[in-house]
Amino acid sequence: MSSKKKKKLTPTQQKYQVFAKEREPKRPVVKNSIRAFIAGGLICTFGQGLQWMYIRYFNFTEKTAGDPTVATLIIISVLLTGLGVYDHIAQWAGAGTAVPVTGFANTIASASIEHRSEGYVLGVGGNMFKLAGSVIAFGVFSAFVVALIKITIKSLGGV
Amino acid sequence: MLKGHQTWVFDNKPVIIASAAAGGPFEAAGPLSNDFDILHKDIWLGQNSYEKAEKMFLEQACEKAIAKASMKKEDIQFFLSGDLMNQVISSSFAARTLGMPYLGLFGACSSAMESLALASLIVDNKFADYVLAAASSHNAAAEKQFRYPTEYGSQKPPTAQWTVTGAGAAVVANQGKGPSVMAATIGRIIDMGLSDPFNMGAAMAPAAVDTTEAHFRDMQLDPNHYDVIATGDLGRVGHRIAGDLLLEHGMKIPREIFTDCGLLIYSSEQPVMAGGSGCGCSATVTYGHLLHRMKKGEINKMLIIATGALLSPISYQQKESIPCIAHAVAIEML
Repeated sequence: MSSKKKKKLTPTQQKYQVFAKEREPKRPVVKNSIRAFIAGGLICTFGQGLQWMYIRYFNFTEKTAGDPTVATLIIISVLLTGLGVYDHIAQWAGAGTAVPVTGFANTIASASIEHRSEGYVLGVGGNMFKLAGSVIAFGVFSAFVVALIKITIKSLGGV
Repeated sequence: MLKGHQTWVFDNKPVIIASAAAGGPFEAAGPLSNDFDILHKDIWLGQNSYEKAEKMFLEQACEKAIAKASMKKEDIQFFLSGDLMNQVISSSFAARTLGMPYLGLFGACSSAMESLALASLIVDNKFADYVLAAASSHNAAAEKQFRYPTEYGSQKPPTAQWTVTGAGAAVVANQGKGPSVMAATIGRIIDMGLSDPFNMGAAMAPAAVDTTEAHFRDMQLDPNHYDVIATGDLGRVGHRIAGDLLLEHGMKIPREIFTDCGLLIYSSEQPVMAGGSGCGCSATVTYGHLLHRMKKGEINKMLIIATGALLSPISYQQKESIPCIAHAVAIEML
């Protein structure tokens, strides 16, 4: 917790939080990291295999094979979400399934399924990007800023 | 009669003449499955939304409790109920079906004992002969409202708890056969500045401790007076903190009588992290398991301290800490 936030707490609250912290199980960070490494690595290796397959058997080039590869991973991820398996895998894998494109697909699919009961317009459409929305918003903005930097450096005669 | 600062002693000893508990598949897989009156194989109950399913759980528990009391809906004079949904829709919609004079309550997970305490107060003061007290929660509906979509793949920390899918109901009467409600201690809000909704146990433990201490102070009793002292849904983390905190404050509750509904309802093999939570947790465990044990003669006197975390998804996003509350009800087999 930040020191700024801590200042607002009374001494009793601070004392209790220390007392409680001593009795809480910690997040198993090392174990989670190893699992994330394994799961994330497996997904990426599988993706690499897909890319190779698209190049080898479907006449894609290394540049164009990215699109069908990502699409395949998204389809698998959405299917697993719909079948109710993805969240169980994610509890084990943590960041390993959240960081690759599969995690992004899961946020959209899970929110869409969840709000189906409120109808297609207000439910599915309105909530689809509930979790993914901030990724898109800040992702696009970051890309814009990076592009500006690149143009500036280029116009100044840089690489 | 008010005793001490915040405890009601019910001189006319209202009786819980019947109670019922309904649960979902996850509860059926737990160690208390035999104590449920109604168990469902899926969490949808044939409805097209989780919210409607929760309402069905509540309706079924209420109807079963009324049937077990050999009564009809019309015989019940008031219905008090609470749940976790925004605007307590599960309770209000169930009350629409039941058609009884109704008061909707919100005490988060403490609603089960809040409704029982108020029902006993009404009956004790002769404002009614029969009052139905109930509470419900639904795992998926609660996750949807308070956290993330149910199928969203987020990794939960070991302090997180599993909201119980189920409902419990009890018919409180001015006379009859069954355990009596002896006293109720109404808790005050305790906020220790914790704000992590994945660690409710630690947030609620001080509220449970405050109400427990108030109960024994007001009643001038020793913890050994009770055969069982059960907190509502502190789970593994919160229950340990509460026990240690009570000990630090100089109150020793023997380990064998101090338990938690959130620890009783699921087995250690079930993936529930720190244990069960939700209005349905203390409601189903009390109205199912604990009252059954009382009727079997295994428990004579018990104190249930239902804990509630009074946060909303908006208050959490606005970085507010979690105000917590606990209400204690003493039940005794006379």
